[in-house]
Amino acid sequence: MTAIDPVTLAVLGGRLEQIADEMDATLYRSAFNPIIAEARDACHGLYHAETGDTLVQGTKGLPIFVGAMAFAVKSVIDLVAKRGGLAPGDTFLFNDPYDGGTHLNDFRLVRPVFRGGRLFCWLASVGHWLDIGGNVPGGYNPKATECFQEGVRFPPVKLITAGAMNQDVLDILAANTRVPLSNWGDLNGQLNALDLGERRFHALLDEYGDATVTAAFDAFSDRAEALMRAALRSLPDGTYTFEDFLDNDGIKDERLVIALDLTIRDGTMVLDFSRSSPPPQGPINISRATTVAACYVALKHVFVEVPANAGCLRPIDFVIPDTTLLGAKAPKPVAGYTETILRLIGVVFGALAQADPARATAGPFGTINALSIAGHRADGSRWVMFSFFGGGLGGNPQSDGLNHANNPISTATIPPLEILEAAYPVKFTQWALRPDSAGPGAHRGGFGAVYEIEVLSDAQVSLLGERGKVAPFGVVGGGPAALNLFHWQTDDGERSPPMVSKVTDVTIRAGQRVRLETPGGGGWGDPAARDPDRVARDVRFGLLAPAAALAQYGVVVDADGRIAAGGLPGGPAGRDQREGEAA
Amino acid sequence: MIEALGRTVGVDVGGTFTDLFFYDEAERRFRTAKVPSNRGDEAVGFMGGLTTFGPVSELSSIVHGTTVGTNALLERKGARIGLITSRGFRDVLEMRRRDRRHTWGLWGDFEPVVDRDLRLEVAERTHADGTVVTAIDPEEVMAAAQALAAKGAQALAIVFINAYANPANEQAALAAAAAAWPNANIACSSQILPEIREFERTSTTALNAYLQPVVGSYLEKLDGALQAGGFAGRFHIVQSNGGIMSTATARRLPVRTALSGPAAGVIAAAAIARAAGFPDVITGDLGGTSFDVSLVVGGETALAPQTTIDFGLVVRTPMIEITTIGAGGGSIAHVDAGGLLQVGPHSAGSRPGPVCYGQGGDRPTLTDANVVLGRINAARPIGGKLASLDVEAAKAAILRDVGIPLGLDAHAAAEAIVRVADAKMAGAIRLVSIERGHDPGRFVAVPFGGGGALHVGALIKDVGLKGALVPRYPGVTSALGCVIADIRHDQVQTVNLMLAGLDAAALDRRMVAEAAAARAVVEDAGLAMERIDLVFELDMHYLGQTHTVAVPLPVAVADGTTGVSAGLIRDAFDRAYQASFSRLLPDVPVKIVNLRTAAIGRRPRFDLAALAPGPEASVERARQGTRPVWFAGGWHETAIYARLDLPVGTVVPGPAVLEQPDATTVIDPDLVARVDRLGNVIVERKEGQP
Repeated sequence: MTAIDPVTLAVLGGRLEQIADEMDATLYRSAFNPIIAEARDACHGLYHAETGDTLVQGTKGLPIFVGAMAFAVKSVIDLVAKRGGLAPGDTFLFNDPYDGGTHLNDFRLVRPVFRGGRLFCWLASVGHWLDIGGNVPGGYNPKATECFQEGVRFPPVKLITAGAMNQDVLDILAANTRVPLSNWGDLNGQLNALDLGERRFHALLDEYGDATVTAAFDAFSDRAEALMRAALRSLPDGTYTFEDFLDNDGIKDERLVIALDLTIRDGTMVLDFSRSSPPPQGPINISRATTVAACYVALKHVFVEVPANAGCLRPIDFVIPDTTLLGAKAPKPVAGYTETILRLIGVVFGALAQADPARATAGPFGTINALSIAGHRADGSRWVMFSFFGGGLGGNPQSDGLNHANNPISTATIPPLEILEAAYPVKFTQWALRPDSAGPGAHRGGFGAVYEIEVLSDAQVSLLGERGKVAPFGVVGGGPAALNLFHWQTDDGERSPPMVSKVTDVTIRAGQRVRLETPGGGGWGDPAARDPDRVARDVRFGLLAPAAALAQYGVVVDADGRIAAGGLPGGPAGRDQREGEAA
Repeated sequence: MIEALGRTVGVDVGGTFTDLFFYDEAERRFRTAKVPSNRGDEAVGFMGGLTTFGPVSELSSIVHGTTVGTNALLERKGARIGLITSRGFRDVLEMRRRDRRHTWGLWGDFEPVVDRDLRLEVAERTHADGTVVTAIDPEEVMAAAQALAAKGAQALAIVFINAYANPANEQAALAAAAAAWPNANIACSSQILPEIREFERTSTTALNAYLQPVVGSYLEKLDGALQAGGFAGRFHIVQSNGGIMSTATARRLPVRTALSGPAAGVIAAAAIARAAGFPDVITGDLGGTSFDVSLVVGGETALAPQTTIDFGLVVRTPMIEITTIGAGGGSIAHVDAGGLLQVGPHSAGSRPGPVCYGQGGDRPTLTDANVVLGRINAARPIGGKLASLDVEAAKAAILRDVGIPLGLDAHAAAEAIVRVADAKMAGAIRLVSIERGHDPGRFVAVPFGGGGALHVGALIKDVGLKGALVPRYPGVTSALGCVIADIRHDQVQTVNLMLAGLDAAALDRRMVAEAAAARAVVEDAGLAMERIDLVFELDMHYLGQTHTVAVPLPVAVADGTTGVSAGLIRDAFDRAYQASFSRLLPDVPVKIVNLRTAAIGRRPRFDLAALAPGPEASVERARQGTRPVWFAGGWHETAIYARLDLPVGTVVPGPAVLEQPDATTVIDPDLVARVDRLGNVIVERKEGQP
């Protein structure tokens, strides 16, 4: 192995990251569907030739993919080992969620990089396509009991063979979606990104030499491992347990547990999910690869300084029995994987909060609320408006939680409502912060949002959400946030889903509305310790009801946000008493 | 159109110093001045500097690059303002685009510039196709305006959903509110930015209001001081797009001054390089905490349609595209827990500053490394505030924080710090050049400000640039930019038209009207101009995409028409799309989203030969002896020159250091410098060097 000096290493680190960033940016700008272009539901990187381990990731890629891509590349490596026939200019395409995937909408392109006739490493691109068939436009079928109801499944196939595009694959892709043009645009965007990454990476190898770059890859992994061990050593040894719940699987209204026993010992960590629920019928199963990827996301949010490559996972062991919903196999439905991984990430936060309250983050709103509204235009053409919605982040030692944020698994921005109104026959009637949705705390959670949408022509509605029964949790004495709510108008008044936040096949008529109210984040620290002026300010801003200010914080505030002159009330819920206890 | 030639002064007010550049257009004579800035009362330094050139009554125009707007945004010191929105949408400003601060890490919150109780909703609604479905009630709007004024709002912004498609409701609301509003600080979003995307439009309109009282009172104060001094000429402000505008326009659109100061520097660097025969340039401004780079292609600066000043503070107006990375002279070097050397992003700033300043800083910085390696003259620090620099203290700090952890001696550690910082700067340059499809071999680096010229060697070699051009007076580049910047006004209008079946005549009428409006603003500026150019650009995409490609249209207005056609637009789109991405999609319909129109009033050419060294310059005078300087692992006895005394045509082979009061240029051993006819120093590879 070539030794590498620390300066060259630092220089190469920046150069390689820049290549992945540039691939991300290329796809965002040339993609067709807003879930990639605006919501950045995509990721690019460089992967190890033999193991598929992550070598380099962009800094802007969707966090959950950062962990999952290594598994995707590995499945191509396994295929090639079995069948052979890998050549320069090949590109594989697939969306198999059980073979290193997440859910069917996420299409992966994997391309080998050859140097001197030898496989050097892999480049990969993943992006969320708008629709790939299945019972529900957009793929989020909350009633699926097998993946066949969620869309079409592609194992790794050669889209490009030695530079020649395989038209058969393109035809099959186009025949199995409601939006062939959108998918075609996104596929081209991903190819744009791979083309560019390949050019840039070859130029870098020519400049520094293959051996030096290989040595740098090894050094980066070692460094990530060292940083992760150092971070784990900073936590007290012990076993920390935390549990949180999913409302139901969309089929049977029964809650499911995700339970974690997290053990830290001498710079290593074991994440044991054995006590979690068995795989349910409905679409909230996830594969082992996705579980590992989600843990990676959680740890990366807590240990921000650890770089994004495979080395950081070396000190960590996972116990994920395939008898749980976290180790699902085909054909268990997985479309709602986002809900399960969000809960899982929260559970890791909850367990780590016990190990180190000074680094504790309260539960984020924790549901993507995949809402699909679809219909036909006057000319008979089909429209599908599909979006994810925001909510509040958890309170933390530094600040209140952020209002109306994206989920920890993503860096997605929400499309402007004016863009949606220009593209689809809908009219938003409200797009606002949701008062009284934040978990109380010394640093309260961020506020969730209210979105109310009127359709201008008849439409079918489906929603896949969560947090309808079990609210985002507080930590270190903070309280829980509000629950997720969904309503739609009918000729006979408002309705809400029997499965709380999951519903499909709802038809509403022109002029009727749906309303989604998302959770805030959980609170951090004892609410009694919150600055009363901050409590009063939330009241003055119309974000906290005076009654809630009293009940949650023991502060008497009038509707204009003035703290009552007559002092604070006593009684069991009173602030005086709680402050007394704290002192 | 051409007014009489006169005496112009460019004034660039920075955080520490106010730089001035005086130019007599008739006599082609210039002078410079540097006076301390007076933070909080900039008018004092401003006037003090002006009077060094004689009575202000003899000046015909003053052009000002200001950071008052930038600072008010960064420090959140704008005015208390009110916002009136469509019912149901008062939180658009606070909800942003549902983003968060960092990809990794979930901490930190966000305070919008308008408190929620100062954001009031009124009943009104326009559809995306421009149909007004609910007209405003003037009484309700007036009551809202009165309520906001009663709560102490000093400026008012009105933003309605879909106002880009039809401004009628906003205009009616504006008229109603104006009747009840106590001052002129009132605007609606369709006046500021008639472009689709409600958050970006709201943010830009609100930030404009937020700045209006601050920038307005600042300009009023300056106006007053100038008038008291007998100034009867024109007073202009540099915009973020690198053009200048009248103070009247600046008061109406203060948000367009957000990057006023840096933009002027880029303009001047571009002009200097163009005059020297280098149309393709990457400018670099190395300050204490950051390195700002900007791309100039064919003499034209690149404009970005929008900038994020800070998390959630989005300004969407064309701005000179400036890419900033956290590497400056004050950037702190350390070895992280993973054993990797890092330089920045933390900075020692100017207080306590680098260790060598002796002001209490104890963490080694890039400047400390440059001092330890002999690249900076410890006996004569630039800026003139300190008498000398403490080399030994810098060396000790570098050895402790970098050398020992990496197993290097102090000098090797200092060199490592410089190399890592060089690599970061090179990365920033790559970002704006290679990543945009430009061949770096065509470009020269133009460092301005105090520090950039120290690092030109690495920029040339690491990125593969053709060379570097160090302007004769790097420290007053921004003030010079004020004097030579053109007058410019940008407009945007969302049109949402399909290219197939385009009514080209209707688009043409719209372009002609936009052009006339933009032109009128430029003519109003009342400065000497050679001509007014009109530039049309369309934001276009394939139907279904949300991002757009900027498509410049090769048309001009003649006889009341632009002659635009669908075919011409299609060709221009294909060219622009292919330049950005590898694949065209011929079967997909194409859409025109926005029409962008700019009017540019070209100022009389400034003859940069005025800056060239005079007959008194000579190599003998310039020679300052030698000192050891560390290059590539060892000491080299290096020739030192007083840069300003070098005559035109001098060739200085590396290793050499060129010193002047406001900058230091380091010539690596494998490079050679020459003084061109304008007094610039051109640095290139020695012959035979790769």
